[in-house]
Order: sequence, then structure tokens, then C-alpha cells
Amino acid sequence: MGMKFKQILDSGKFVVTAEIAPPKGTDLEQMYHHIELLKDKVDALNVTDHQSSVMRFPSLGGCLAIKERGGEPILQMTCRDRNQIALQSDLLLAYSRGIENVLCLTGDAMTVGDHKQARGIFELDSVQLLRAIDRLEESKDLGGNDLGGAVTYCKGAIVTPEADPWEPQYIKFEKKVDAGAEFFQTQAIYDLDNFARFMDYARQFPVKILAGIVLLTSARMARYMTENVPGIFVPGDLIDELGSAPKGRALQTGIEIAGRMIETLKKEAVCDGVHIMAINREEVVPDILAAAGF
Amino acid sequence: MIIAERKPLEEIAAMAAPYKKICVLGCNTCVGVCMAGGDKEAQETAALLRIHRKKENVEGEVETFSIERQCEFEFIDEVLERLKGYDLIVSLACGVGVQTMVEHVQSLRVVPGLNTTSMGYPTEQGVWSERCLGCGDCVLHLTMGICPITRCAKCLLNGPCGGSAEGKCEISEDVDCAWQLIYDRLSSFERLGDLAEIQPPKDWSTSHHGGPRTSVREDVRIDRGE
Repeated sequence: MGMKFKQILDSGKFVVTAEIAPPKGTDLEQMYHHIELLKDKVDALNVTDHQSSVMRFPSLGGCLAIKERGGEPILQMTCRDRNQIALQSDLLLAYSRGIENVLCLTGDAMTVGDHKQARGIFELDSVQLLRAIDRLEESKDLGGNDLGGAVTYCKGAIVTPEADPWEPQYIKFEKKVDAGAEFFQTQAIYDLDNFARFMDYARQFPVKILAGIVLLTSARMARYMTENVPGIFVPGDLIDELGSAPKGRALQTGIEIAGRMIETLKKEAVCDGVHIMAINREEVVPDILAAAGF
Repeated sequence: MIIAERKPLEEIAAMAAPYKKICVLGCNTCVGVCMAGGDKEAQETAALLRIHRKKENVEGEVETFSIERQCEFEFIDEVLERLKGYDLIVSLACGVGVQTMVEHVQSLRVVPGLNTTSMGYPTEQGVWSERCLGCGDCVLHLTMGICPITRCAKCLLNGPCGGSAEGKCEISEDVDCAWQLIYDRLSSFERLGDLAEIQPPKDWSTSHHGGPRTSVREDVRIDRGE
């Protein structure tokens, strides 16, 4: 490690990020284990922010743990749980503790999570959060007041290349670019032809695109995702490949599929890097990288 | 209009249980139109309450009548003496009506028989959909007459989130994505360029977050000092 994520993005190297999910509770051993396992194998590690609106240990806490262990964290920040005062103050705290990368997200709806009774804040959206960070970088807060000490962040956002319909999403994507996003980590992509078409469009903007790679662990999971998760399309041949894996070998097949995709994206210079999401299977990220030829 | 739904009968019965002489008071304007608290619903609720109390061996009587609007003093005043004859008023008005009665006539004991849900309109027979949150700073001119504050589950101002799929919201297949509707309408008017502008964070001080709101029109006030 040693190189900051921003420098790596600018270096032109094929970037690899992965993500970890903090636990529900204060037993952090497994999260620490994942950090130790991955921090030197990837260029930066995202920490999810109460993903799927499920209350957990905070993203900021996970990022601090990465920092303490010599890794490079990317703070995921959603607008669901905090008003603008809380968002800004968390950004000040994170920066003061050496966290310099932030991924700006709107956040999932409260109703999809495990606190359906909670009030969703959504005072800012992802575009406005990117803009808010710009203000903090200019030493001003959203109330127009001066800051004693500014922040500097490498700002990221997400995009869904397979969104259906795509047109309303591209307007949002371009707004995120206008609002200062420097890198994008995409929603999971599986169809490389579709993704290449997205890249033909996205290349016109001065941003780095990291393709989202979500590990498929079974044909059932792949089918569920393609049928139920907005913006995810898993081609039939991949589902068949997982389905025809020998008993107990579906995970291995998923690792091979992910590795193959990463290898192709890198070899053909389709995009600037990948973001690996091995949800609940963080321990196999090194195997995915090995399968990709890293 | 203001939309409401009747509270579960068990809840109403529990509120009414300690009282002997009860009036279920209907309100014939908004909640009458949305078939939650008008005269018909008041009679129905009173009948159900009577049966419930009889079954539970609760003594007393349950009567019912309705007024045009519980949210205006003039209509309350017309029936004031009658209302004072009851131990408890189960108001089938919206939350505004309940509070208007309590503030106007301190001696009345009033409980809500409805849950007030939203401001909206009947999108089809028997279906009422929310359309306005009363945020105090209308943005409908920016969004082709479709309110993203009310109709987007995340109050987004800069376009859809990643949860929008095939025109539906991530919270339910039954909920339209407001931003898809806005996009389609802008598209049909060839105004998609309007979307390119980044909308700043909404000023919520005009909403309830700035405290309870009062509108004052000096030009129509009556000087009570004379």
C-alpha cells in the first residue's frame, strides 16, 4: 500500500477495489479479518453504509479500522440516515482521521430494510451530497458559514449501466459528473457487450469507471438477481454455467466467472478497473483475483 | 382533499370504554368524500361500536350525527349545545377537525376515530393517492406538475435513484417511479434539457421542520381591537 487511491486512479493502472460490510453488533473480529485479508490485495476497500437499510456498525468505524491497519478506505455515505448537519460533520471527522475517499449514494428506501418503522431522511440526494463535499472543500458549509479547516476528498458515485429504462439514469449520471464525481463504481454487470456499449458512452466524460463485479454463488442466486434486483441482468449462459456446475462447485464456478470477467475487462481495457462485491463471501476475493490472473 | 382511514374498531372501543354518553361525530367534507368519516361512516361506526360495547357488557349509549366541517368554528357553534351533552366525542374528522373542536370548546373531550393519512385525490373508485406533502415550497413548475417530494420515496430532486426499474419504485411494484413519470412528461413536451440543471438541496425551513406553520393574510384579517 502507501499510494493514495486518488494517485492510483490517476496513474492509469487497472484499479481494483473490493468492499467489506460491517457486522451487526460490536464483535468486529470477522471484519478485522477481512480487512487484513484484503487490504494489500486491492487498491482500496469500500465499507458499506447500512446496506439495504439494515442497521449495522457504521461505515466510518469500518474505515477507521482499515486506516489503523494501513489500508486505503472508501467511505460509503448514504443520504438515508443523516440530515445535512450529520453528513457534513461525519465528513469532517472522517477527513480528520485520514479518510480521503468517499462514495456518495442516495441510499436504499427504508422499507427494504430491518427498521421499517424508522424515518428516512433523504434531505440530500447523491448529486447534492457530491456538491456539498465541494463546498466543504472550499471551506464553506451548507449553511454558508466558513470552516476552520477544509476537507479534500476523492469523490465517487455509482451508476447502473443495465438500468431499464436507461435514459432517465444517464441524466443522473451526467449530473453526478457535473457535481464533481471523479470515479464511478457500477452496479453489478454481467453482460460484457452491454457494458462495452455503456463504456462507449461513458468514455466521453473525464471520470474513471470501475465495473461492479458481484460474485455469483449459485444459479438460484443469479436467477433471483436478474429477476428481482433493479438494474441487474445476468445472461442465460452464465446461469446455465452455474447450474451445470457439479454439486458443491457452484461457488467455484462463480469465482471463475468473476475472474474471467475481470481478466477480459483488463485485457481489453474496457474500463478503468473493477469493484468486487463478494457479498458475505469476502474471504474468496483473493481467489477471484487469482482467477483473474492477478 | 385530506384523506383519512377509520381507526380499527378495537382501538376506538378502547378509547370509548370509560365513557357512558358517546357521540360519533361525522364530518361531511374531505373525509366524507373519501368515505372515511362522513355521515354514512359515522352511522356505521356508531352501530359497530354499540354492538361491540354490548358484547363487552359496557353500559351507556352511542349516538351519532354529522356536521359539514369540524375544522371551522361556525359549523361547530351550530351544534355546540348538543355536543356539550356528551361525555365523549369520537370525531370522524381529520386531525385538524379534532383539534379545532378541542381548541374552540375547551370543555369537550374529543378523541380521533380516524387516522389522517395524506393530501391527495381518488385515482379510481375506492383508491385515494397522496399527491401533496404540504412542504411550503412548491416545485411542481420544475417537474411538469408531478411532485417528487411526495411521490418519490426518497424526495429526490435530481432524477431517479438506481432502484427505479421499468417505471416502478423499489419500494413496491404498485408504486410508480415519480422520476420516470417526470421524465416521460418532459420528454413528451421535448423539455428533457430542463433536467440537466442540478437542483440544490431543498429548503425544509418552509416545511414542518421550521416548526408549526401559520399563514397570515393581513389584508383579510378583522381588527378585533375595536
